[in-house]
Amino acid sequence: MEILWGNTVVNPFLKIDNLWKAFGNFLALKEISLEIYEGEFVCFLGPSGCGKTTLLRAIAGLDLQTSGSVEQAGTDISNLPPAERDFGIVFQSYALFPNLSIEKNIAYGLENSGMAKPAIKARVAELLELVGLPDQGRKFPAQLSGGQQQRIALARAIAMEPGLLLLDEPLSALDAKVRVHLRHEIKELQRKLGVTTVMVTHDQEEGLSMADRIVVMNHGVIEQVGTPTEIYRDPKTLFVADFIGEMNQIEGVAGSSSFAKIGDIKLSCQPHEFAAGENVTVTIRPEDIIPHGVGVRSSDAKSTIAEPDNTLDMKIASMEFLGSFWRAELSGEKLGAAHLNANFSINAMRRMELEVGRELKVELPSSRLKAFARAS
Amino acid sequence: MNFIKKLVLGAATAALLSSTALSAELTVYTAVEAEDLKRYAAEFNKDHPDIKINWVRDSTGIVTAKLLAEKDNPQADVVWGLAATSLLLMKAEGMLEAYAPKGVELLDKKFVDKSTPPTWTGMDAWVASVCYNTVEAKKAGLTPPKSWKDLLQAQYKGHLIMPNPNSSGTGFLDVSSWLQIFGEKAGWEYMDGLHENIARYTHSGSKPCKLAAAGEIPIGISFAFRGAKSKAAGAPIEIIVPSEGVGWDMEATAIIAGTDDLDAAKTLVDWTVTKKANEMYNTGYAVVAYPGVAKPVKFFPENLTEKMIDNDFEFAANNRGAILKEWQKRYDGKSDPK
Amino acid sequence: MSTQADALTIDDIPGARIKPKLGRDDWLMRGFIAMIAIYLVVALALPLYAMLSKAFSTYSYDLTQFEFQVSDDQGVFDGKILSAKALNDALKIYSESDLSAGSGGRLAVTKLFPKFSFRSPKLYRVRGTSDKAVYLIGSERHSGREWVELDSNKFRRVVLRPVPSTGLSNFSTYFSTPALVNSIKNSLLISAISTIITVTLAFAFAYSLNRSCMRFKGMFRLIAMAPILVPSLLPGIALVYLFGNQGMLKSFMLGESIYGPIGIVIGSVFFTFPHAMLIISTALAISDARLYEAAVSLRASSWKTFWTVTIPGARYGLISAAFVVFNLVITDFGLPKVIGGQFNMLAVDIYKQVIGQQNFEMGAVVSVVLLVPAMFAFGIDRVVQRKQVALLTSRSVVYQPTPNGRFDRLSFAYCTLVAIFIVGILGVCQYAALVKFWPYDLSLSLKNYAFDLMDGGGWDAYRNSIKMAGLVAFFGTVVVFVGAYMVEKTQGFKYGRSLFQFLAMLPMAIPGMVLGLAYIFFFNNPDNPLNFIYGTMAILVLCTVTHFYTVSHLTAVTALKQMDNEFESVNSSLKQPFYKLFMRVSVPVSLPAILDISIYLFVNAMTTVSAVVFLYSSGTALAAIAVLNMDDAGDVAPAAAMGMMIFYTNAGARIVHLVISKFVLKRTQGWRAR
Repeated sequence: MEILWGNTVVNPFLKIDNLWKAFGNFLALKEISLEIYEGEFVCFLGPSGCGKTTLLRAIAGLDLQTSGSVEQAGTDISNLPPAERDFGIVFQSYALFPNLSIEKNIAYGLENSGMAKPAIKARVAELLELVGLPDQGRKFPAQLSGGQQQRIALARAIAMEPGLLLLDEPLSALDAKVRVHLRHEIKELQRKLGVTTVMVTHDQEEGLSMADRIVVMNHGVIEQVGTPTEIYRDPKTLFVADFIGEMNQIEGVAGSSSFAKIGDIKLSCQPHEFAAGENVTVTIRPEDIIPHGVGVRSSDAKSTIAEPDNTLDMKIASMEFLGSFWRAELSGEKLGAAHLNANFSINAMRRMELEVGRELKVELPSSRLKAFARAS
Repeated sequence: MNFIKKLVLGAATAALLSSTALSAELTVYTAVEAEDLKRYAAEFNKDHPDIKINWVRDSTGIVTAKLLAEKDNPQADVVWGLAATSLLLMKAEGMLEAYAPKGVELLDKKFVDKSTPPTWTGMDAWVASVCYNTVEAKKAGLTPPKSWKDLLQAQYKGHLIMPNPNSSGTGFLDVSSWLQIFGEKAGWEYMDGLHENIARYTHSGSKPCKLAAAGEIPIGISFAFRGAKSKAAGAPIEIIVPSEGVGWDMEATAIIAGTDDLDAAKTLVDWTVTKKANEMYNTGYAVVAYPGVAKPVKFFPENLTEKMIDNDFEFAANNRGAILKEWQKRYDGKSDPK
Repeated sequence: MSTQADALTIDDIPGARIKPKLGRDDWLMRGFIAMIAIYLVVALALPLYAMLSKAFSTYSYDLTQFEFQVSDDQGVFDGKILSAKALNDALKIYSESDLSAGSGGRLAVTKLFPKFSFRSPKLYRVRGTSDKAVYLIGSERHSGREWVELDSNKFRRVVLRPVPSTGLSNFSTYFSTPALVNSIKNSLLISAISTIITVTLAFAFAYSLNRSCMRFKGMFRLIAMAPILVPSLLPGIALVYLFGNQGMLKSFMLGESIYGPIGIVIGSVFFTFPHAMLIISTALAISDARLYEAAVSLRASSWKTFWTVTIPGARYGLISAAFVVFNLVITDFGLPKVIGGQFNMLAVDIYKQVIGQQNFEMGAVVSVVLLVPAMFAFGIDRVVQRKQVALLTSRSVVYQPTPNGRFDRLSFAYCTLVAIFIVGILGVCQYAALVKFWPYDLSLSLKNYAFDLMDGGGWDAYRNSIKMAGLVAFFGTVVVFVGAYMVEKTQGFKYGRSLFQFLAMLPMAIPGMVLGLAYIFFFNNPDNPLNFIYGTMAILVLCTVTHFYTVSHLTAVTALKQMDNEFESVNSSLKQPFYKLFMRVSVPVSLPAILDISIYLFVNAMTTVSAVVFLYSSGTALAAIAVLNMDDAGDVAPAAAMGMMIFYTNAGARIVHLVISKFVLKRTQGWRAR
C-alpha cells in the first residue's frame, strides 16, 4: 500500500504482512498486518498478554514469527537473525551490563565497527550529552538511578544510529514522576533524531501522550490503528472504547439506524448498522456528559420516551473529588439499574451547586453516544 | 599411551634400524611390595641400562583384574612378580607368550610351568603363616596354636582374622591349601569350624598380619614374608607355621602375548631367572626358584620350607570359581561379624 | 477482529512457515552445544550403556559344542561320538544353573563319565564342534575341531570354558545368591539409619546456628563443613583408633565391634553431616519471620510454634537433606570398605566382584541394582528442591533471633559437642599418623609419611591428586560453565537443549563405583577410538568431571539465571558476536559462581575414591586411593597420614579460594557496591 503526501509516493518503512505466531498450540499473534512510516513514533498498546511484546520481538528477530513477513526499508527481513537487522532496543529492565562502566556500555556496539578509538570516545560523549548525563561516564550502572540507567540504555541503543528504535515497556519500572518526565524526554529525543520508533506499553496515558499513532491490540489481534485522538474520540471496538480512557457502558437495544434504547429511554446516537432490537452496549465518556442545571422533577417523568435532545433526569448518587474535576455517579429511574459516571468541572459544580442527592438534567450528546455489539 | 608408544617406537625403529644400542621401555605389571620395586629395577638396570621399566603396581587381585580386563587390548609387556595362580588364569585365556628363558633349566622344576615351552617361570614362594601377637595373646589369656586344627579351639573365638579369599590371593591360598591338606569334605568342615572363631575377614592378605602386629587382633592368618617384616619393624609377634603344612603360591614372571617389544621382554625375563635375580628375591623371601641360593631370612621361621605342601596350582586355578562360590555361600552370607 | 479467533489452532495459520536464517552466532552456539552434548554422551551415556549391556552379557557352557570318544581298555576306539549334551541329558549331572557361569568359569568334564577313573587304561578323545568352543587341558588352552587324544590321567584335567551370550541369567544368579541379596537389605538399612541420625543432628545444629544468639557461630559453621574436605573413608580409620580393639575409647563400645554396621553408621554421619547441615540451614534461613510474629501474637507456646511453623517451613529442606544423605551413604564405597568388616554393602560388593573375583558381569549386575535406590532418591530430591526454590523466591522477611539465655547456652553446648566429635575424628587421625607404632611405641615420628615405602603410590600419588584436582577444576569449570551458558541463554534447538539438561542432571544419580565400572567397559574396549585415554590422567579427569557435573551445572545455571535475559538481545541488536558478551559480561559477572564451581570440583577430586578406583594406573595413582590401599594393606597409620594430607591440601585450597575470591571480587565486582 502506498500513500500520497502531496504528490510524492511514500513507501512504508516497516511493513508487516499477515503475521502469525504460535507458542505450542497457543496463538499469540493472529493475522497481523501493519505499516509504519519513516520517522513515526508508533505505540503498541494493550493489556498484558495481548501479544504486543511478541510482535515487537518478531520485528527485532528475537522470537521469529510462525508465518508472515516483515519488511524493513524495502528489504524482506522475515527470517533474519537479530544481528543482521537494523535496530536498537531498550528493555524495561534496562539490561545494562553491570560490570561495564557507563562509557563502556554505550561504546559496546561501536567497538568493533571500524571506528577509531578517539571517534568512539567523542561519540560516547556526544550521546551522554544527548541523554543529559554528561558527567556520569565513569560510573557503573548500579551507581545511577533507574531513570538515569534507562537513559544510558537509550544512548546505547541509538549509538549505532539504527534505522529503527524498539522500546519494550521502557518506563514501566520507574517511579510515576520520573516516568512522566522521561516520557517527554524520549519523545523529544525521537523527534530530534527522526528515528522510526516502536514502543510497547500497557499504559494508555503513555501511549496517548507519546505516539504519533497507536496500535491497540487484544488477544493477539490488532483492534484498531490510529492517532491518539482518533483512538480516543472514535474507538472502533468496544474493547478499544473500554481500554482507552474511561467509558460508561450501558446495556441497551438498538433502534433504527441512529437510535438506541436504554431501559425505557430512546436516545439518538451515532449512526450504526445494527438491526432494530439487537442487543447492544451504548457508550459515552464521562467527560462528554453535559449537566444542564438543577431541574425540577418534570411532570412527564414517567414517559417512556426521552426528550429528543437526549436529555435525561438524573440524581447524583455519589460524588468523588478527583483534583481537577468531580466524578459524579448518576442514577435515574428510567435508566433502570444502570449508572452513569460523569465528570463535572469544578466550575460547573460550584455554579450549579451540585451535591449528593441533587436531581439534575444531563445531556448525552448524540455525536458522543455510540452503540457496540454487546459482548457475550 | 600404547598408541603413542607405538608411534614413537615405530619411528625410532625405522631411524635406528641398524643401530644396536636401541633403548626400550617396558610396561611391567607387578604385585611385588612397593618397597622392593625400586631395588628390583635398579639391579636389573645395572646389567641392562638400555631397558627402562615402567612399573604398574597394585595388589594381586587388582593387577589380575586389570590384566584380565585388558585381555583384548593388553597394556603390559611383561608381568614380573604376580601370583602363579593368577598367571594360570591368563594362560587359560591365551594371554601369555610361551618362552623358555635362558637358564630356565637351572630352576627348581616346581617353579616352572609344565608346558613346553613354559609360559611362566616362578621367582619365589610366598608361604602362608600365622602371625601371633604375644602381648595381646597374653592379655587375652591365649596359648599359641601349633596347628591349623588348634585354631578351632574355643579360646580363639573372636581373636582370629583371615583374608577373604574372594578378594585376597592369600586368602584363597589358605582355603585351597586346607582343601588339599584335609580333602574337600573335611576341608569345608574345618572352615565351618574356623568361621565360628573368625572375628572378621579382611580384603587384603597382608592386613591380618599387620593388624596382629598393631595388636588390633591377637592372631592373623597371613603370610610369612609379611610377618617377618612386621617383626623386623618391632612388632611383638611370633610367626607360627601350622604343623599340617602351609599353602603357598609363587611370584612368577611371564611375557604378555602381543608385546610391542618381544626382544626387550625376553631380555628382562632372561634376567629374572638368573642366580643374581634369585639372590635379590632372597632378601625378602626365604624360598626362591634357584636351588641353593636361598639363605635364611631374618625373622623367618626356619622350618618353613619343609612345611610347604605340594601345591597343585592347576587344581587351584581350575576350581577357583567353584571354591569361591561355595565359600561365599557358606560364610559371606552371614552378615553378622561376631 | 473478533474473539472468534480464539478457536483457531496452529493448523489454521496460513502461509509458509518461516525458517530462520541462522547467523554465524547460531552456528557457533549450536556447535558448542553439540560439543558439550557429545562430551556428556561419550563421558556418560555410552559408558552407562556399555555397563548395562555387560550386565546382560552372560557366560554359559554350551554342551552342544563339545564331543568325546572313549576307547575300550585296549585303547581301541569304536568310532562312537558322544556329545556332551547327550551325556548330560541322560545323566542329569549339571542343572541349568550349573551351566551358567562367569567369564572365568570352568566345568569339569569327567563328571559326565560316572565310571571314570584316572587309573584306567582307557583313552579319550575330545574336540569342539565349532571354532568358538574352548576347553583346557590342565592350564593349556585348546580350541578347534581337531580330535585331541588323551590318556585317562590327562583327561581328568579337561575342563570346558563357557561361551558368551546375552540374557538375564546374571540377574537370576544374583538374586539366588543370599550373600549378594543380603547386601541390598544391609545397604538400605544402614542408609536409612544414617539418614535419620544425620538429619536429626544436622537439624539441631542448623537450628542452633540460625535461631540462637550463641557465640562463635562462624567457627561452628567452619568446623561443621570440615568433613567435606576429607575422603569418606578417613572417619573409618579414626574409628579404628578410637573404638578398635586397641582403641583409645574401646570401653565405650560395651563389647560391640566397631567393624560393621556401627562403624559404618558413625562414619557416615561424620561425612554426610555438612551436606545435610548446609541444606537444612538454607531451608531455615528462608523461613518467614512474619509467621513467627503471628505465632507470638496468637500466644502459641514455643513448642507449638516449633511444630507448626519451624518444621513445616523447613520440611522441603529436611526431605531434600534426607535423600541427599541417603544417596551419599548408599553409594559410598570407601567407608564400608575400611570399617565394614564382614558387613556387606552394595558398593563394596561391586568392588569385590570386580577386583576380588574378576567377575565383571556380576559387578555390572550389582551396579544396576545399586542404581535403583540411587535414582529413586535422586528423583525425589529433584522434585523437592524445585518446591523449595519456589518457596525461596516468594517474598519473606528474614527471621532475626533474639537472645534467650537458656536456649543459647543449650545451643552452644550442643554445637560444642558436635564440633568436638568432628575435630576429634580429624585430631585422632593426625595423632595416629604421627605415632611410631600404635599401640606399642607411642613416641612421635614422621616415619608414617614415608609413603614411597608403602603400597598405594607414595608421594607421587599425592602429587598426582593435586595435579588431577587442578585439571578437573580447570577443565571442569570451563566445560560446565560453557555448557550451562549454552543451555540457559540460547534460543531454539529445543530438543537438543532438553536432552542436554537431562544428561547434565544424570551424573548425580549415578554412583561413583557404577560410573567407574562403566568407564572400564567403555574405554577399555579396543574397538573404541578413545581407547588410548585408558590408564591415563585424562580418563581420571574425564570421569571426575562427569561424576561431579550436576552440582556444578546447577551452580552455574543459578548464577546465569540471575543475569538479565535481555543481555543477549541487546548484544545481538548491537551486532556483536555472542562470545564477546560471554567473555566481557557473562563470565566476569558470574565470577563468584565460577570460583565456587572450581573449588567444589577441586575438593571433590581430591577426596573421590569410588569413581576412580577402577581407573587409576600406577602412573596415575591418587592420594585418596592410596589411603584406601594403605589401609587395605594394613598400613593404617600411613593411611591416616595421607588422609590428613588431603585434608590440609583441601583446607589450603579453600583458603586460597577465599583469598582469590576476595581479590578478584575487589577488582572485577566493584560495580556491585553502590
